[in-house]
Amino acid sequence: MLLTLFLLFAKIGLFTFGGGYAMISIIENICVEQKKWITHDEMMDVAVIAESTPGPIAINCATYVGYKQKGIVGAIVATLGVVFPSFVVIFAISMFLDNFLEITWIASAFKGIRIAVALLIIDAALKMVKQMSKKFVSIAIMVCSFIAMLLIDYFSWNFSSISMMLIAAIFSLSLFIIQNMIGKSNEIEE
Amino acid sequence: MIYLELIVGFLKVGLFSFGGAYGAISLIRDVVLDYGWLSEDSVMNMIAVSESTPGSIMVNLATYVGSSQGGFLGALLATIAVVVPAFIIILTAMVILDSFLDNKYVQAVLFGLKPCIMGIILATGISMLTKNALLPVVQETMQLKPLIVAVILSLIYFGSRKFMKKKISPIMLIVISAIVGMVAFGI
Repeated sequence: MLLTLFLLFAKIGLFTFGGGYAMISIIENICVEQKKWITHDEMMDVAVIAESTPGPIAINCATYVGYKQKGIVGAIVATLGVVFPSFVVIFAISMFLDNFLEITWIASAFKGIRIAVALLIIDAALKMVKQMSKKFVSIAIMVCSFIAMLLIDYFSWNFSSISMMLIAAIFSLSLFIIQNMIGKSNEIEE
Repeated sequence: MIYLELIVGFLKVGLFSFGGAYGAISLIRDVVLDYGWLSEDSVMNMIAVSESTPGSIMVNLATYVGSSQGGFLGALLATIAVVVPAFIIILTAMVILDSFLDNKYVQAVLFGLKPCIMGIILATGISMLTKNALLPVVQETMQLKPLIVAVILSLIYFGSRKFMKKKISPIMLIVISAIVGMVAFGI
């Protein structure tokens, strides 16, 4: 059973390109439809939890399914399984990439690729912004952190994005508490 | 002590990377540049490789940065560090979670975090784009090629959605951009 868990999650890790969201559908296919390890509803729960908690979504799913099957050992085995293939692939690539980049045509290709990566990131951000709640506070926080991050980046200021996230969290929490105290219908509760 | 730095750096990434892979990309770039581990260009090369290889992008980047800074042990430690917070949070969550995520204070925190992350991701993308496509025009005596490449790639990527039924996948865009790059910057 533990071996099956490891192998199946290694398979998921090996055949999913494009990161977390692509993985969710494959995990659903294997764990819900084929193996019936968890139900569809449970899978939805994991996806929601994964969205609101930090960390790679694939890890969240693997830990959840592994734990359901075999407790804490299962959780560890499934998580290791999902990480193992990409660890091997990336480690191998990382040893050679610098040498590859000295070859002119590969360096040229990567100049193009870097621009593509920037476009992909902008696209991902715009998609999230479109789905975002359109409340004033949300938009204000989004715009402020956008401008702050750009300034930090261009002027190489020593201020990390983590500190900015902490400020946003504290601001939002204080706003919520203040609104509760004065008993005003609040912006935050959905 | 590079190993300790890697562990601390990637624990931070694992703990604060809400919003999936793209949130993590912004964070990892920030952490890596902050510690001065790699140049902006190297980070972007790694992001491209991590997007085009199987597995979670966040884990791939951790393995990659770890390996470049501390060899095999570095790769191992960075990978474990980026995974551990998610692992522990889910395990804890399974015991107390339902009540935890429904908690209105937790909701209030998430309400502030989410738009902040979106702003950070958007700024990261725009900053990367300007550094790779616009700065060469200003700095390197009117080097226009990167800007032209950026325009072509945006037309292909965003245009494909307007005029074709099917959207170009990220991996496909990376392949196309490699070809455009070779044509524009020489073989």
